[in-house]
Amino acid sequence: MTFRFNNLYSLTLAVCLMPLLGLLIDIAFDNLGPNPIQALHIRLGDWSLRFLWLTLAITPLQTVTKWRGMTEYRQMLGLYAFFYATLHVLAYLLVDHALVWSVIGVDIIESQYIWFGVLAYTIIFSLALTSPKWSKKRMGKNWKKLHRFIYLAAGAAIIHYYWQLKGNMAEPFFYLVMIFILLGFRVLVWVKNRQLARLMIPTGKKVLVLAEIQVMSEIIREQQVNETERLDKPGTQHQHI
Amino acid sequence: MIIIKTKKDIPASEITDPSVFKNRRQIIKTTLAVMLTGGANWSTLANSTLPVWANLPQSPLSNDSLTVTPSEITKNHTNYYEFSFNKKEATSFAQNLVTDPWSVEISGEVEKPGSYHLEDILGQQTLQEYVYRLRCVEAWSMVIPWVGFPLASLLKMVKPLSTARFVKFTAVYQPQTMPKQLANEMLKWPYVEGLRIDEAMHPLTILAVGMYGESLPKQNGAPLRLVVPWKYGFKSIKAIVKIELIKKAPITTWNKFAPNDYGFYSNVNPAVAHPRWSQYSERQLGSSFFTPRRQTELFNGYGNQVASLYSGMDLRHFF
Repeated sequence: MTFRFNNLYSLTLAVCLMPLLGLLIDIAFDNLGPNPIQALHIRLGDWSLRFLWLTLAITPLQTVTKWRGMTEYRQMLGLYAFFYATLHVLAYLLVDHALVWSVIGVDIIESQYIWFGVLAYTIIFSLALTSPKWSKKRMGKNWKKLHRFIYLAAGAAIIHYYWQLKGNMAEPFFYLVMIFILLGFRVLVWVKNRQLARLMIPTGKKVLVLAEIQVMSEIIREQQVNETERLDKPGTQHQHI
Repeated sequence: MIIIKTKKDIPASEITDPSVFKNRRQIIKTTLAVMLTGGANWSTLANSTLPVWANLPQSPLSNDSLTVTPSEITKNHTNYYEFSFNKKEATSFAQNLVTDPWSVEISGEVEKPGSYHLEDILGQQTLQEYVYRLRCVEAWSMVIPWVGFPLASLLKMVKPLSTARFVKFTAVYQPQTMPKQLANEMLKWPYVEGLRIDEAMHPLTILAVGMYGESLPKQNGAPLRLVVPWKYGFKSIKAIVKIELIKKAPITTWNKFAPNDYGFYSNVNPAVAHPRWSQYSERQLGSSFFTPRRQTELFNGYGNQVASLYSGMDLRHFF
């Protein structure tokens, strides 16, 4: 794995750890309110979702601003989404359930909202596992196919969040709108690319280039013919061009 | 189908000493004044009430073996959707509720319907402390020492007719202080809950006016709320203004909002999951990190007293 370290990259790396620091301070000062374990779940889950959204926002940002070289940031943000999701899962298993597997088992089986959480985490886990550059090289085209599952993970994560609420829907609705915007952007880009490709054939550069090649080859042939005519006697040998 | 049970073991109503009574009112007023000036910070609110009932007798139904949840938690972890869908915000906004004067209308299938001042009701009742576990449908629980009296003893005061089969409770409609009522958001306001008459007459069912030896904080249902310990918390309606004895089952708020999620009975039952989450275990508030969740008990542990009310009923169907 090779990273191009610079100041901005290191700064981003550090800033993304701030939510964890804030959480640790709140735990230390007993600032998580009357139900601290639930607050812990919500905090970690929220940050995982936010990093997932930031990860998804990189590509549209690159397209709009025509900036390049943001792939490393996309990887970092994605790994942070995985990092906070992992803490979220560990908090559930250890902090909330103290690894009492009989209760955990029933809870997961009976709670539909957890199924979506498990699905989202499984996807993010496999994406994090195949995150290194050598893995990307080895997988070739399959890497992109696998990493498109991030959309499924995002959808599952929203349902996971939405499904455990008794009524309040404002925040999950905001996240839902966000994913539609981010997905919608990609659909727009895809449609536009297709239209451009179609337009390319009759009027685009391709036609011009073809004509140029023809003209050039014509000239070369004439030159070659002239040359052979000069060197050999006419009609003695068949010309190969 | 339902037989009205009359309980002989309910203590007769006693009249409180007038001087004690007068003094108590003053203390309530002081308490409320302190609460109104209290900030939104959750630990500040927790310490803002003064003791009202210091040495109240414990009800024989009170469970001494339970460890009482610290009052700062109980006072800061309560759902009050009329004010906000967020517990912290609800606690803060609830301080605006106007609770003085307060009267309760009792009507329907009773011999003596009427509007009763809260003070007059309390003057007729003997207050006791009831330590009960409260299990929320959101899979958390607390142990609260309520101050209250049996609902049955109030109902007997107005003499229910034999035609009374259900009891309908209506909470206060005060849109000027309740933002979600003003915006007409989410639930149908005012909040309505109901019990079958035998559930309402059960000695475990109480009307509470206080907790932790103090008058009820506004966010916890002041000045008068229902407490039905074997049912999920949302059945225990807050800030009651109307009690009707009726012939048919009332349409209750959460049941109307999501009939597949919240049944009319809503008895605590670990075997019947909410459609989206398990009810098998609960987080006991006040327990520390790495403490396992408590396994939820059928009827919240009050099965010995109440299971007979539902004999022969399919609890999965009548959830």
